[in-house]
Amino acid sequence: MYFQLEKCTIRKAQARNRACILFREGFIMKKKQVLCILLAGAMAVSLAACGSSSASTSSSGASASSGSTGSSDTLIVGTEAGFAPYEYMSGDEVVGVDMDISKAIADDMGKKLVIKNMDFDGALVAVQSGKVDMVAAGVSVSDERKEVMDFSHEYVDSTEVVVVNASQPNVKTAGSELAGSDLDGKIVAVQQGNIADSWVSSGDNCKPSDIKRYTKFAQAAEDLKNNKVDCIVMDQYPAQELVSSNPELKVMDGVLFEDKYAIAVKKGNEELLTEINKVIDKLKEDGKIDEFISNHASSAASSSDSSSK
Amino acid sequence: MIAAGSWGAAFTRAFLTDHRYLAYLSGLKTTALISVFAIILGILIGLVVAVGKVSAKGNRKLWIIGGICNIYTTVIRGTPVMVQLLIIYNLVFTSRNTNEIVVGAVCFGINSGAYVAEIIRAGLESVDRGQMEAGRSLGFSYLQTMRLIIVPQAVKNILPALGNELITLIKETSVAGVIAVTDLTKAAQYVGSVTFDILTPLFIAALTYLVIVLILTRLLKALEGRMSRSDRY
Repeated sequence: MYFQLEKCTIRKAQARNRACILFREGFIMKKKQVLCILLAGAMAVSLAACGSSSASTSSSGASASSGSTGSSDTLIVGTEAGFAPYEYMSGDEVVGVDMDISKAIADDMGKKLVIKNMDFDGALVAVQSGKVDMVAAGVSVSDERKEVMDFSHEYVDSTEVVVVNASQPNVKTAGSELAGSDLDGKIVAVQQGNIADSWVSSGDNCKPSDIKRYTKFAQAAEDLKNNKVDCIVMDQYPAQELVSSNPELKVMDGVLFEDKYAIAVKKGNEELLTEINKVIDKLKEDGKIDEFISNHASSAASSSDSSSK
Repeated sequence: MIAAGSWGAAFTRAFLTDHRYLAYLSGLKTTALISVFAIILGILIGLVVAVGKVSAKGNRKLWIIGGICNIYTTVIRGTPVMVQLLIIYNLVFTSRNTNEIVVGAVCFGINSGAYVAEIIRAGLESVDRGQMEAGRSLGFSYLQTMRLIIVPQAVKNILPALGNELITLIKETSVAGVIAVTDLTKAAQYVGSVTFDILTPLFIAALTYLVIVLILTRLLKALEGRMSRSDRY
């Protein structure tokens, strides 16, 4: 160790005092320079990142205070792409019925649509904090939600159904029709923050022994196949997609409850809400929304058909 | 044969059908971007904090700097990275134009900085005290001794642990999905959401992480080999 030190010291001292430029020293200097440049570059990049993020903070602060989105040329929509046919991944893009509607709204406003793919409950928080302009993710209108965000006109009627294991269904219809009481004492799977979550969580509707809240329906389906849960409560269209790819599962006859989907915006954002309502009314009038649904329902089904062949 | 066939079909559905490999690729890009910037930021923060800690140890006047550095490492190492990520996302970066990749890089960089600081501090302290004493007695200043004698020896001790931290960091970015960023893990989950077969995409993601880590391990080994060329024990 001391030997090492001596060598090193002597070499440095030589280089320093006599300024003799050895080839070796030159090499070391070069390496040092490279390191310096690298560090400087890294610093510049990180500073630039900080600068840009702080700049965007200030600009958004301005737009938030004016309470409008008019200053920006983008329309940011939050969604959760695990809800075919309303929203799902195709390649590396998020597509679906809600995305078609969002696109129509963005086109009408002359803005560029930016899709942010997040957890469903996260999207509902993001719209309140203004991180996204609106949420189009099969959001059901409920009184609780109305207190913290505003809703557009409803654009689709949704029907909530019960999915069970086909070979050993643990949920049975006791009366003539499917009812909430059929879920009493069962382990029920829902998507976290989804309308089915609040419906089954309310003691007035049913009294399940346990409610398991998932962020992805695919995970819930896997657990249902393994009988870790007794049933999944979800919208009928995604449920049909789910059982078409999973023959082990089936949709129970009957409807658990019905509700309507709308687009959620930040509370008080009247300007954007008016725009959205205008476009939704037009789409409904032209029968475009049914067209979107049949497009996506069939395309998702056909792609799973072709792959199973 | 049947098993192999169904595996092939599952793979095709999870990777090829509908250009789904694009989802993995863009997820991989996000993971790589977050990792690279987080590593750079982490090493920068780690260096500063480690130097602050080591200097404060030998100098009573620097107790404030030492205290700040200690609080930083204690808080960051004492809380889960996922919670840190959610707090930073919802408390600091609340703007509408937030770039989630920047949030991820900053958060993982700050997180990694605490671990890197401890690694570098341990490396600096692993160099025999006699080296500093000898350097000082030969007329070098404290900083000169550090720069010319202590740090070059410490780097060798630091490298393996630092490499380990980089590998951990890359894998840890898989929790970035809790904010609205689609990294490799989340991309795999979304592919699973379309096909309703969650396992195959997860295997593909796992394999991708494994390949990245293997490549990185090779590179680090080569670097360590280069560093140890001057060893004469």
